[in-house]
Amino acid sequence: MATVTEKLEGMDVWIYHGRIYIPNTYAAGAVGSQFLIALRDKKKIMGMRCPTCNRVYVPARSVCKDCFGQLDEWVEVSDKGTLLTYTVCNQPNPVQPVEPPIVYGIIQLDGADNGIVHMLGEVDLEQLRIGMRVQAVFKEKREASILDIKYFKPLA
Amino acid sequence: MAERAAIVAVGQTKYQPNRADASEEELAYEAVKQCLEATGLSLSEFDAAVSCSQDFWDGRTISNMNIQRVVGAHLNDEDKVCEDGINAVYAGMARILSGHHKLVIVVAHTKESQAEKSLIENAAFDPALLRQLGLDFVSAAAMQARRYMYKYGITPEQCAKVVVKNHGNAKKNPLAQAPLDITVEDVLSSKILSSPIRLLDAKPISDGACAMIITTEERAKKLTKKPVLILGASNCYETHYLGDRDLAECEALVKATSTAYSMAGIRNPIKEIDVAEVSEEYSYQELMWMEGLGFCSKGEAGKLIDSGMTKMGGKLPVNPSGGVISGNPICVAGMARVAEAVLQLRGEAGDHQVKNARVALAHGITGACGQHHGVMILGR
Repeated sequence: MATVTEKLEGMDVWIYHGRIYIPNTYAAGAVGSQFLIALRDKKKIMGMRCPTCNRVYVPARSVCKDCFGQLDEWVEVSDKGTLLTYTVCNQPNPVQPVEPPIVYGIIQLDGADNGIVHMLGEVDLEQLRIGMRVQAVFKEKREASILDIKYFKPLA
Repeated sequence: MAERAAIVAVGQTKYQPNRADASEEELAYEAVKQCLEATGLSLSEFDAAVSCSQDFWDGRTISNMNIQRVVGAHLNDEDKVCEDGINAVYAGMARILSGHHKLVIVVAHTKESQAEKSLIENAAFDPALLRQLGLDFVSAAAMQARRYMYKYGITPEQCAKVVVKNHGNAKKNPLAQAPLDITVEDVLSSKILSSPIRLLDAKPISDGACAMIITTEERAKKLTKKPVLILGASNCYETHYLGDRDLAECEALVKATSTAYSMAGIRNPIKEIDVAEVSEEYSYQELMWMEGLGFCSKGEAGKLIDSGMTKMGGKLPVNPSGGVISGNPICVAGMARVAEAVLQLRGEAGDHQVKNARVALAHGITGACGQHHGVMILGR
């Protein structure tokens, strides 16, 4: 990248405009992979039940946050749920999957004890409210990604 | 514990939007030098250094690799903490309490002007489940603000009062970046970043450094007439996935507070604490954190700000310095809270001095929506 000398309040300062280029791979893990694959292949949202707390966590994960026990009881939860909170994000950044404004929300799916973090779509911003009922809309072309859920839309 | 740890000197740069005139090393040294001048110590006398900085903000994968000279760490012991600066103070304290070290310098430095905030924050999120959504800490905080305000009936006006109070306090602090004469209406008419958070509800991009010297209580008395003792300290983390937390609550803060108060023997914080410096990156956070710190019951912080109790001259002034919202960089913010608490206890806070402050609270956060909290109780 470019190296330039810039003027700062009359003073010459040397500024290096750099970029660290480090490709990475990330493993979603055994449980995380199955969660993402279920989105792709079955359009199903899978959670995991903790035998000790009896709570169902979505997305499925391998360890309970409360009792730290290992989890292995898969549970399919509903694609419908209730909006716990939301924001309309106006600030653009280069890694957003769609153009702002983006409505982000946390949705408690029926059958789950926690919320799933995602986006909302097909929604009139004036209608947004905590407690509104929403349903997952899946993409036609899915690739085992959290974005296989296109967004959650208001239930009519 | 056999002995207590004490802070004998603190130093801070002025916080500014862009310190392109200084390298990270030079910036850190500005704060370190103040500590050395105050005590007459030289860097060769320290047993160890604890620094706090973050690789992504510094644009190098070992952010502390180039500050050895200015923290006395060439051919000496140095550790880096990459969460908040209050964790570095904790680590410095732990070194003293271990008995292995008698004199430790602690330094935090960050130049937020050097990198892209939203990208660094996005990269903090789980790559499979959260990062691809394009979230950053503003959009995450906005969901917390909405949930908190909904659950407890906190109004945008009450959040805006925090902004007005803190930027107003900053006018009396020569180191503050953003002293502002603003009104609640100004806050509520500033542009929306991510609803309900507006531009003036959020802290600005900031560059700066903070340093302090920690030693044993015994040595402290020889180094200064006004040592400040660390009476209690605790940290607590909670789970990362935002959907797993009740975002209207700050359970990690409640737990960290309980331990810190217990160590310090605090039973009634409102009565026993004279001044608090809390890390509010967004206006709603000062309200939430006051509840977590037990300054009021859950959901009552709106009434607390309305009452004026946390203003200068109130029963418990919160953020006399102007707080994080008046401009402190990440990593430095929590250490700056400790430094400000020390200035208050030493009676050296100048125009933002709280009269006769004897016990002070400092608080720091790391991560989206206050995932990690550190609480420290200091006394003279």
